[in-house]
Amino acid sequence: MYCAGCGRPPAECPGCLPPLDPPRHCHECGRRLRVLVTPGGWTARCREHGEQVSERQT
Amino acid sequence: MTDRQLIAAAGAALLDEHRDLTAGELLALAALPDAQVPALAALAHEVRVARNGTTVELEGILSAKTGGCPEDCSFCSQSARFDSPVLATPFLDRDEVLRAARETAEVGATEFCLVLAIRGPDERTLRRLEELVPLVAEETGLQVAVSAGILTDEQAARLAAAGTHRYNHNLETARSFFGRIVTTHTWDERFETCRTVRRHGMELCCGALLGMGESTDQRIELLEQLRAVDPAEVPLNFLNPRPGTPLGDRALVEPIDAIRWIALFRLALPEVILRYAGGREVTLRELQALGMTAGINALIVGNYLTTLGRSPDQDLAMLDDLRMPIGALSKAI
Repeated sequence: MYCAGCGRPPAECPGCLPPLDPPRHCHECGRRLRVLVTPGGWTARCREHGEQVSERQT
Repeated sequence: MTDRQLIAAAGAALLDEHRDLTAGELLALAALPDAQVPALAALAHEVRVARNGTTVELEGILSAKTGGCPEDCSFCSQSARFDSPVLATPFLDRDEVLRAARETAEVGATEFCLVLAIRGPDERTLRRLEELVPLVAEETGLQVAVSAGILTDEQAARLAAAGTHRYNHNLETARSFFGRIVTTHTWDERFETCRTVRRHGMELCCGALLGMGESTDQRIELLEQLRAVDPAEVPLNFLNPRPGTPLGDRALVEPIDAIRWIALFRLALPEVILRYAGGREVTLRELQALGMTAGINALIVGNYLTTLGRSPDQDLAMLDDLRMPIGALSKAI
């Protein structure tokens, strides 16, 4: 699993994603994600591994 | 004067004499010890209620065009000049914008701001905004605000004609400190856009960002400069240091100091819509409700442009507990 904050492999980063950030990098390949943040949630798309969607914030 | 007399004198000036506090008076209040901050906050709340009532305005914001910005604002993860993890994405399509606006309306918000990470709009961008502003208003019933950087006179006229309710353009910080934070445009350019917005009849939303290394004197200077542009709304941001930006390693503003400055903003700008904006969750932590009784009368609800906020339900519960009704605000006359 790559770090969702910086995209480095786990041996190089144990996890640096700030607590109120959506993922910036794909867990599976470390690529940067296209992130859409809306008032009620977020979606993050990797061009190789598809889309992650947040739980709806209510 | 004792601390208590200082606060009482400020109260008399604002509530009895109906005059603005001077820079000297604000500086003296800024120097009060931490133990006096709750008393300062209580006065700010009294002023807010007297001038603006208890209503709180909710707004949703959307980064409609993210990253790749040519400007070098040192606090911003969307500048193309920094090694930020935020990936640049083009202008969202209309369905994505409408979905975000509907999410905003569902929580009871009355305002929705389309934000673009650009120096200023080109012709194509302006046409998209002219299409989206009336569309969002019609589809959701929300008042639509826009934040698209530096405007020419003609661009401001077109956005106003499209129905833009409020235009956001932050001064961010004092003129004397601005050059330490941004080099690709000047404070004076921002000031001029603020004046242009007012001239074309849109409400001006002009915010501040505290915690970038500015001095107390410079915060007071900023308050006087905000008075000069006479905004309807002031969104008050606290620096949330972003990885990869020049300010990425700065410390957060201390919670009690954040409350102090919320109160000072209210006392300096008694009639503005003073909105909780970015950085409040990480800065204030458990003191967020205290800000609501220190002068704040508006919130950005839900998420921010590239970062997450707390859930709208938490804010709605907080306002219910405080017996503060939700509604639209306009600057008190």
